[in-house]
Amino acid sequence: MYNPRMTAFESQFPPMASRTHEVCGPSAMTFAVALGARLGGKVLWVREAWRSEQINPVGIAPYLDPQHLLLAQAQNHLDVLASAEEALRSGSVALVVMEVTQPVGLTEGRRLQLAAQSGKTMGLCVLPEGMGSNAAQTRWHCAPIFDAANAAEDSTLQRWKIIKNKSGTNKAWSVRWNAQTRRINVVSEIAQR
Amino acid sequence: MRKRVVSMWFPRLPSDRVLRAGLLHTANDNRPFALIHHEKNTDRIYCLNDAAETQCLHRGMVLSDARAYCPDLQSQPADRIADAKFLHTLARWSKRYCPWVGLDGTDGLMLNITGSAHLFGGEAAMLDDMRHRLARAGLSSHIAAANTRGAAWALTHYGHKAHDDIRALPVAALRIDAKTDTALQRLGLRKISDLLALPRATIVRRFGPDVVLRLDQAMGAQDEVISPLGETPHYGVRLTLPDPIGLIEDVMMATDRLLARLCDKLKDQEMGARQLQLTLRRVDQGAQQVELRLAAPMRDAARILPLFARGVDTVDAGYGIDQMRLEATQVERLLNAQFTSTTTSNPDDLNDLITRLGNRIGLDNIHRFLPADSHIPERSFQTVPAAYSTASGSWASLRPRPLRLFAPEPIAAGGSKPPQKFRWRRMSLTTGRATGPERIAPEWWLPDDNWRSGVRDYWTVDTREGRRLWLFYTPQDPGWFVHGEFA
Repeated sequence: MYNPRMTAFESQFPPMASRTHEVCGPSAMTFAVALGARLGGKVLWVREAWRSEQINPVGIAPYLDPQHLLLAQAQNHLDVLASAEEALRSGSVALVVMEVTQPVGLTEGRRLQLAAQSGKTMGLCVLPEGMGSNAAQTRWHCAPIFDAANAAEDSTLQRWKIIKNKSGTNKAWSVRWNAQTRRINVVSEIAQR
Repeated sequence: MRKRVVSMWFPRLPSDRVLRAGLLHTANDNRPFALIHHEKNTDRIYCLNDAAETQCLHRGMVLSDARAYCPDLQSQPADRIADAKFLHTLARWSKRYCPWVGLDGTDGLMLNITGSAHLFGGEAAMLDDMRHRLARAGLSSHIAAANTRGAAWALTHYGHKAHDDIRALPVAALRIDAKTDTALQRLGLRKISDLLALPRATIVRRFGPDVVLRLDQAMGAQDEVISPLGETPHYGVRLTLPDPIGLIEDVMMATDRLLARLCDKLKDQEMGARQLQLTLRRVDQGAQQVELRLAAPMRDAARILPLFARGVDTVDAGYGIDQMRLEATQVERLLNAQFTSTTTSNPDDLNDLITRLGNRIGLDNIHRFLPADSHIPERSFQTVPAAYSTASGSWASLRPRPLRLFAPEPIAAGGSKPPQKFRWRRMSLTTGRATGPERIAPEWWLPDDNWRSGVRDYWTVDTREGRRLWLFYTPQDPGWFVHGEFA
């Protein structure tokens, strides 16, 4: 039976606690910091040390206080996953974001899932498009869209889609970050036309 | 029992220290050697050996003069900190004679040997033993025993073997300053006995209470204490096992016992361990080490123990481990904290996590961001190791800034207005709206190769494809670059 509450944005964001989720697409980073802000508490960001792209804490500040962000730089893909698993299991941070560049295998994905459950922490895997693992609870695709109507000072209008969902349906929303209230606002579909 | 004090004076402590370390070739053949101290723009002799002194060199002499007198003089810069450390070493060594040892200036020791002389066969035998051992170690020394500290000092610095009555010594032996000494000599008071013959009131009136105080201290009318050096705490414990062990649980249990003892020691001194080293000695004499670097100073055994689990896991026990040693190789001050009803944030869990991650990927690879005072986007923040910093500062930016920054990527475009169409990362993008420019000038006081191209005009470009990019144009060296991406 169709239940409209199941498809409401509030029921899907933040996604299910104590699980690992995946996000891909050009705006994946916004999703990660918005989720960190929504959950509150510390965020551990694990990535490989060779990546030259810098996370800009000044840009993150409207979303999430950079004081709450810790950055761990691991040597390789395996260390990223191992560090993330350790952090998930310890349960001392609210969100563990792991930025990976290689596909996460089913075994690794399942291990992360179990670690998240035992530590009661949410994990988020930021990955390139088309590289998800089947163990993830949900997979999101986030992309910015051009918004001709609104002023440029506003935050970026984005299209967030659930493209894989273990317990629910796939759906898409147009959202925008509100820096004053520090939350994600859903933009109504009609307003886009 | 009468108090007996031994004074040791090492007149050539700095040069003896260097020579006995064998750093120079002169150690064996007795060639002139001097330590040099640089002051007031001249190199002066700070300390010198016997051979140099026989060539008419003296302390305070200018090095160039000394070289003229004695062309084969070897020299080396003086190191006062090493000298002080060496004196502390000597103080620790002399605890073999008595437990009560204090420093006397920068080149002497004072030992309160009351009640311990008989252990060495009497006082004379004890002093002979000291002289013999110090001479064998290559240290020139003057040693004397007396009833008071003042008298012992006088005998070592001014005494001769012939008499040990301090009354016959010059007044300078009373540890008075040079000015008072000269004044006393001018009055014809050359010896201590001359001073003793005078009425005390006249001395006090003429020279102040200091001379009389020193006289009383030397004669024993006024007591003077020797302040002993404190024991430096040692943060190491060990455990020897009757039977070798090899199971991980056993090793962890033994580590637990060691940790409990170590943490008690740390707690007594209000210190916390920053780096721990666990040495496991095997039956076949091989030793393995497990090192643990902590993200914050800690002395809570229950929390440190699980952090050892990963390191102990990798140890090869071989035929078994029969001795374990745990040492805090690096300690930091950790004051006892008061728990109050308002203490809410407990960063301990996070520090444990940083430690655990640090043991895998290196403690220096876990960073936190601190704000920095700069308009340059790359320099408006710092990444510092999280274990050695605390979160602070406020993050405020007047203009929107991108979430991600990358090294400037050139795009093909001309003119000072953002291009209508451009290619970036193999995508062809169309500009929907451009906001700007925001001019950022380089910080000329800090050289930075990336900013050689001069000022930059930054534009926020919303493309019709969705991507919002941070572009800049360099008017002084025309070119367009992509520097970051919003969202």
